[in-house]
Amino acid sequence: MTALAEIRDLSVRFISDGSKVAALKGISLDVVAGECLAIIGESGSGKSTLALAIAGLLPGSAKIEGSIDWFQGTTGEASAKAPPSALPGISPSRGEIELSSPPSPITGIVERAPAARLPISSLEGEMSGRTEGGVTERQPSTIGASRIPLPGRDIGFVFQDPSASLDPVMTIGKQIAEVAHTHLDLDWPQAYAKAKHLLQRVRLPYPGSAMRAFPHQLSGGQKQRVAIAAAIAAGPKLLIADEATSALDTIVQAEIVALIRQLVAEDGMTLLFISHDIALAAELAERIAVIRHGELVEIGMTAEIVTAPRHPYTRTLLEAHLGLDASPLLRRTPA
Amino acid sequence: MTLLAVSDLTKRYRRGGKTIAAVDGVSFAIESGETLALAGPSGSGKSTIARLVLRLVEPDAGTVQFDGDDFLALKGAALRARRARLQMVFQDPLAAFNPRATVARVLDDPLRIHAIASGAERPASIAALLERVGLTADLAPRAIHEISGGQRQRVAIARAIATNPSLIVLDEAVSALDVSVRGQILELLLDLQARERIAYLFISHDLGVVRAIAHRVVLLDAGRIAESGDARAVIDAPQSAIGKALVAAAPRLNSTRP
Repeated sequence: MTALAEIRDLSVRFISDGSKVAALKGISLDVVAGECLAIIGESGSGKSTLALAIAGLLPGSAKIEGSIDWFQGTTGEASAKAPPSALPGISPSRGEIELSSPPSPITGIVERAPAARLPISSLEGEMSGRTEGGVTERQPSTIGASRIPLPGRDIGFVFQDPSASLDPVMTIGKQIAEVAHTHLDLDWPQAYAKAKHLLQRVRLPYPGSAMRAFPHQLSGGQKQRVAIAAAIAAGPKLLIADEATSALDTIVQAEIVALIRQLVAEDGMTLLFISHDIALAAELAERIAVIRHGELVEIGMTAEIVTAPRHPYTRTLLEAHLGLDASPLLRRTPA
Repeated sequence: MTLLAVSDLTKRYRRGGKTIAAVDGVSFAIESGETLALAGPSGSGKSTIARLVLRLVEPDAGTVQFDGDDFLALKGAALRARRARLQMVFQDPLAAFNPRATVARVLDDPLRIHAIASGAERPASIAALLERVGLTADLAPRAIHEISGGQRQRVAIARAIATNPSLIVLDEAVSALDVSVRGQILELLLDLQARERIAYLFISHDLGVVRAIAHRVVLLDAGRIAESGDARAVIDAPQSAIGKALVAAAPRLNSTRP
């Protein structure tokens, strides 16, 4: 197990109506390179705050303590097929990063040494239940030069509501091409070609005409496919999906989950899957972390969490799940 | 006794020069004290049927018989009186209520409008309603935006039962709730049904929830009924393509789980 990120004693507080609200309290966990890690919790548990903290997208008003250490990965199989990225191995040819000092040679980075201690980027704006607001307000972080993972390039983020995360007046093609143009040093024709290829990869019907379409012309599931294409356009090492399927119906949800699973495997990405649905998390993830009231309740292999949960709260979540095999609540009395 | 009988209900919308049948010749009936679930993917017509039954939109064709009356023919005072017997709970109570109103105000409205309790009686009636949905009377002065999502949905149910309805339309009423709260709200709905013989038209995309609480289910696809029958029988062995797809797509905990 090689850690991609080590999170230690991470606490996040927000100021709300003059009082401090602790959103995360001393979270410590490792994100393993190449794994699918699910973070589950109910509303207000802090699971989205954790995702935003890892992505460096927390608003400037957030008070952050603790650390997130990023490691240069190995050249393990998980990352073998992956495009260049600053997480495990910086491509020195990429000049788009605003550097305050020249990039350190890639060979100089010792495996397992902390590659970067994350100065979690500051941005203005209030936190709300949905996380889209954070992104529109984001100020790019230039601190710490090249080795801090850059949201959009090194970390792809898929939000719950694609209508809110896609620009309503920009074509689908441009929104995806923009990511490739910004982060991959492609000229615009190359970036558009890449965008069309990505639309094929996320299996959007008629990718050619979809390039010229606007978000409102697509269904919810199609919009989420576009959002995923934009999230993976720069070849991120880490993909974060924050309730990315919660607004979709069951059938579309299953399709999007299958798509995410396939893309993560093909690109050797690490997946952080944020969800309120323990059954959905169990279908996708190798490990599950359960968060409640800003604290890590337990973390373990999916099979252990599902079959032998140690914490009573995890048991409560499992019992509350109404699967197709659950015993009915309805006592059959003649109507 | 048949409480609600919907026959050949059709609603078409015009979009971009094309006519789309959101609901296309749908017929079903609900008995007193029964839960009938409408399930299907997005765009299958579930919520449009709810709106047609409530007469929030008017159908292009079809009939709705409620409590023995032609519900679509009712007008004015007769419609208002009959509406007291037909209530609704939506997915997001924060959107359904005035967020600045207090709990007491939200519950006072139906009692006053339908002349169920006099001004002097209403505080006691409100306290009694809160107790019937498992809340305490001290919640009455609180603002709707201050209380939790689960409490808010209980208040929405309290408002729905304030007029002693025989049918409540529940449109994704538990979909936005946390799973632990969802179980409590479902138990509350079942208790109310057992005590007061209220029928539910329960709209949900979640077959697990439908199977847990509904007597019968109607599966919809593109505005038409794909199949219907006993909820457990249909969901345990779906025959229609959409039924099979919905069951296959439902997330499952590890099947090796004891």
